[in-house]
Amino acid sequence: MKRTRAIVITGNGTNCEMEAAHACKLGGFDDAVIAHIADILSGEIRLDDFHFLNLTGGFLDGDDLGSAKAQANRLKNASVSGSSEKLAAQFDRFIADGKLILGVCNGFQLMVKMGMLPGFDGDYKSQSVTLMHNDSGRFQDRWCYLKNDAASPSIYTKGIEKGIYLPVRHGEGKFVCDSEATLSRLEEGHLAVLKYSDADYAAPTMEFPANPNGAANGIAALCDPTGRLMGLMPHPEAFVHYTQHPRWTRETLPIDGDGLHLYKNAAAFAKKNLV
Amino acid sequence: MTNRVEVALKSGVHDTRAERIKREALQIFGLKLAKVASIDVYTVDARVSSDELAAAAAGPYSDPVIQNWSIDKPLAADFDYAVEIGFRPGVTDNTGRTAREALEYLCSRELGRDEAVYYSVQYGFKGDVSKEEIEKLTTELLCNTLIQRYSILTKDEFARAGGFPAFVPSVKAGAEPQVNEIDLEVSDEELMKISKDGVLALTLDEMQIIQAHYRKPEVQQARKAAGISARATDVEIECLAQTWSEHCKHKIFAGTVQYEDENGNKEEIKSLFKSFIQRTTKDVREKLGDKDFCLSVFKDNAGVIKFNKSHSLVFKVETHNSPSALDPYGGALTGIVGVNRDPFGTGQGSKLIFNTDVFCFADPFYDKPLPKRLLHPRRIFEGVVEGVEHGGNKSGIPTVNGSIVFDERFCGKPLVFCGTAGLMPVTVNGIPGHDKSIEPGDLIVMSGGRIGKDGIHGATFSSEELNENSPVTAVQIGDPITQKRMFDFLIRARDKGLYRFITDNGAGGLSSSIGEMSGECGGCRMDLAKAPLKYSGLNPWEILISEAQERMSMAVPPEKIDEFMAMSKQFGVESTVLGEFTDSGIFHMLYGDKTVAWLPMEFMHEGLPPMQLPAKWTPPVLVDVKPDLKNDYTGDLKQLLSSLNICSKESVVRRYDHEVQGGSVVKPFTGVANDGPSDAAVVRPILDSFEGVVTAHGICPRYSDIDTYHMTTNAVDEAMRNYVAVGGSLDLVAGLDNFCWCDPVQSEKTPDGAYKMAQLVRSNQALYDICMEYNLPLISGKDSMKNDFYDGNVKISIPPTLLFSVIGKMDDARKSVTMDLKRPGDVVYLLGETADELGGSEYLALQGAIGAHVPKVDAKRAYSRYQAYLQAVSEGLVASCHDLSDGGLAVAAAESAFAGGFGMQIDLAKAVWSGSADSKSDAALLFSESASRLLVTVKAADSEKFAALLAGHNAVAIGVVTEAQSLEIKGISGEAVIKSGLAELKEAWQQTLREM
Repeated sequence: MKRTRAIVITGNGTNCEMEAAHACKLGGFDDAVIAHIADILSGEIRLDDFHFLNLTGGFLDGDDLGSAKAQANRLKNASVSGSSEKLAAQFDRFIADGKLILGVCNGFQLMVKMGMLPGFDGDYKSQSVTLMHNDSGRFQDRWCYLKNDAASPSIYTKGIEKGIYLPVRHGEGKFVCDSEATLSRLEEGHLAVLKYSDADYAAPTMEFPANPNGAANGIAALCDPTGRLMGLMPHPEAFVHYTQHPRWTRETLPIDGDGLHLYKNAAAFAKKNLV
Repeated sequence: MTNRVEVALKSGVHDTRAERIKREALQIFGLKLAKVASIDVYTVDARVSSDELAAAAAGPYSDPVIQNWSIDKPLAADFDYAVEIGFRPGVTDNTGRTAREALEYLCSRELGRDEAVYYSVQYGFKGDVSKEEIEKLTTELLCNTLIQRYSILTKDEFARAGGFPAFVPSVKAGAEPQVNEIDLEVSDEELMKISKDGVLALTLDEMQIIQAHYRKPEVQQARKAAGISARATDVEIECLAQTWSEHCKHKIFAGTVQYEDENGNKEEIKSLFKSFIQRTTKDVREKLGDKDFCLSVFKDNAGVIKFNKSHSLVFKVETHNSPSALDPYGGALTGIVGVNRDPFGTGQGSKLIFNTDVFCFADPFYDKPLPKRLLHPRRIFEGVVEGVEHGGNKSGIPTVNGSIVFDERFCGKPLVFCGTAGLMPVTVNGIPGHDKSIEPGDLIVMSGGRIGKDGIHGATFSSEELNENSPVTAVQIGDPITQKRMFDFLIRARDKGLYRFITDNGAGGLSSSIGEMSGECGGCRMDLAKAPLKYSGLNPWEILISEAQERMSMAVPPEKIDEFMAMSKQFGVESTVLGEFTDSGIFHMLYGDKTVAWLPMEFMHEGLPPMQLPAKWTPPVLVDVKPDLKNDYTGDLKQLLSSLNICSKESVVRRYDHEVQGGSVVKPFTGVANDGPSDAAVVRPILDSFEGVVTAHGICPRYSDIDTYHMTTNAVDEAMRNYVAVGGSLDLVAGLDNFCWCDPVQSEKTPDGAYKMAQLVRSNQALYDICMEYNLPLISGKDSMKNDFYDGNVKISIPPTLLFSVIGKMDDARKSVTMDLKRPGDVVYLLGETADELGGSEYLALQGAIGAHVPKVDAKRAYSRYQAYLQAVSEGLVASCHDLSDGGLAVAAAESAFAGGFGMQIDLAKAVWSGSADSKSDAALLFSESASRLLVTVKAADSEKFAALLAGHNAVAIGVVTEAQSLEIKGISGEAVIKSGLAELKEAWQQTLREM
């Protein structure tokens, strides 16, 4: 039996690689490898050898040119040593092979700015949405209720009843589209997987702090039409065990945190379809 | 060719940066602006084609969804004034550096040394305001002219000039680097002039010691043989000034103190550090015997203690006060990324697991005139908070614990304490992780950032009071990403055994790091010309002492150097071999072939005789203040909850990522709405283990107005009771002391030096006394002794301040206790006794009074109480626990109640009173800050068991948790003295700093 393998890319300012790898293991992946971008650019590690790619939170290049902009440029233009291949080609192949990519926070910003999401019509290179500065103008670390769209194609959120509770930790998380048409198309395709809501998960909200950044339609997460590529501002890897919940000392909670759901689904999908 | 790429938001897109300025212009300056807009400007000074430039503008420099771009064509429209702000030449420009790298990827080539990209921001202001008002806004809010340049154009000027011209802030190459000889055969006056003019901060005694050194025949002979001038070189003098600075050498803590107490008893104390701090640790360790858990104390960049079988804990807390006074953002940012390098450079290196921050500021709403050169406390607040935010968040290290303390005297110098903990393997490649060594022949390697003029004289300038002429170059701006890249590389190099020794480059730069490393093996030979520079024209002495950031120094065995350098290149980190370590006994600096410094190691490190310091303790004259007798203290409680020192700091704390790395167990905020103030932090650094690291701190500078002895015991007790409250174990907990004092050296400038020195002695005595009782070894610390402002006219000295931090362990983090009430019906216990100890309290401060009776710690009783309480925690009997500190019982009760979303009924008559009967009052019971007390709630069913465990520890049931959303406290007479809805109390607590 072949092993299911997750990779977490780190370097140049990513921060959440350790807990992302931990979440992958807990979720059921046989391997969870933390790979420095230098190992990938040197050709020592190839994306082809993995099934699940994690683009994690952090401050790539300090978010100096806008969140994740410099890394998007690097991944598009950098070459892999010892071959004529651009790193971008490895990404293209990864997507074409039907594999899984999850971008969290800075990773979501990266996917969006590389044009990987929303991936309309199989186009993973054109940017049509973005994540900009929070309306408050401030970085925010707070927990948010996220209403799930059960009709979404996302393979990660299958089985989530109403919604999940996760922390956001960002300064640039306000989701906006280049046009009303893009927003409508996202909504019609049920690609806006998770939306900020009140504790009852009843309806999306635009009210601060439940919606921590002013995101259009309360959108916190996005997937492509295949459901295999997903990005979200909240941090699922930060809630895989009940002791990470801000109120675990006063509420009765299951051992597993809400965020683990995404990694379990990814592992199950990989086991069934990719090995 | 120089081009300007401008990037502006598309119309209709919310400009948060501009909105904030518009809001603050009104709040701070009363300036009504109709419109503010911002534009990013990239000045590209590089040989790129117009296609490449357009690709950069359209690609990495802009976001097509929300932004437009232009090249050499202004985008600004609809404004009355345009202001452009960029960095001054040579100042770290992180965005410019990233923009340059992006261009390199895009063009598939490396840019030359003469090519660069510079970042600036342009603002457009519309409104009925004058140019002077815009200039004021610019210099007092938008930029810091020490490190930034600005230019203002009116609409007409802008139109005539076609916008701002492309400006390249490159450093103009100076003359050829040179080494000057310094004639020390001069009068004493001349010696002092040399010290003053050079910002050397050397005293006459010290100058004379240096003079004497060069006069020695054997020194002259040896210098001749070494081929160096008989006279001192500037490299040598600068190096000695760094090495001997108060900042690096801790002369006050190492000095000989003649102490006289209030009864005229005299005592000579040889080194406060050795007599009290080191002795504390030594004696506690002896007392602990085989339960001693210290691994490396005082000798390295940070302290190391045991954690578990596989890992050790590392912790260090630093201050960065003087730079933060000049440039709050850069100073604080450098503070946090600087202290990160301490645990990273401890032993063979550690992984960083959390940060802590404590700030001391003056009132941000201060509205009186300030001496020239002092920034407004609000600017300091904003800048420091943002600097630490960027430094901590971008480094991916959670900020888990901290506080903000306010006192008007901190407008003279703010205190910025930054702490970082790390986790290191117990052994690395078969060697204990906390050990390291250097062998003669090992290569001197520097990794990370390049050297510039930034941070020159940081160590010496912070060893003096802040004054109008404090040097601009002392300020640096940190770059968390360059540092993170370096750490990513070095931690891997550690695991592969590619270096033998690592330390950081902080104060004093290479002179300090290589100077100390050379002490390990007995000498070094280093070529300063090999050091990588940001720009040419640095003199050798500048290279040696520059405090340019993000650099570590390593000792690399020659056989590992190729592998080390190859890995460094692969990770995109610059590393350079600068020379080698020797056993020659000489700190030998070359510039190319020429010897430019030749200093015997012994003279450098041991050449300075101890300072002689008079200290005389005369207790201050205190006025006892009796609190007003009232029937209702609800108003007082609300006022206290709104006071700066007690109010919620949530607007600041939410800006700090406290959860990254995934190990957060007790967060800064807790309770039903995630907004109650936690006492301490609990973190699981190893995600598949439930072992927790607990950290907390205590700080109470107000008590110093009465007696620093009790200020100190209270700070230690506050740290410990916070630590214990969440469940931290007493079997494995260590302390760190950070002394921030006003200058205690008796002199013309400081006529009350002997008193301030006595305050320092008393503080040290207290530290020893209480740590012995608490079995608390001190593992590391730092002192900063010159926290005064003096412009020859006005002198502002901070109150003597000790930040006491603790770090320890909790075997099972799942047993952590938080401070929020959990359910109605729970029994409320008060642990510990209360006395009339309102001296130095927040309550008296409301009335502008100090009082006389400062809280006194009964450490023996407190320790056994904490032990009993922890037994109850381990048996799962504690529902909530909150420590009593600022504002006393009333504030603690209010916080626990509104955090938990349940009411509370309390009967003051039941509380244990330890003061005299006639001093007993409702006000004292409510607001006295008597030490070592905890407010605990327990399930009714567990109450009997809890009471039995705490028997003999003055734990009494004083009330009950209620469903009603109100706090009701009955006074001694049986009548209600406080009655208020929880929402009102919470609002009072949250309103003060909500908008900051």
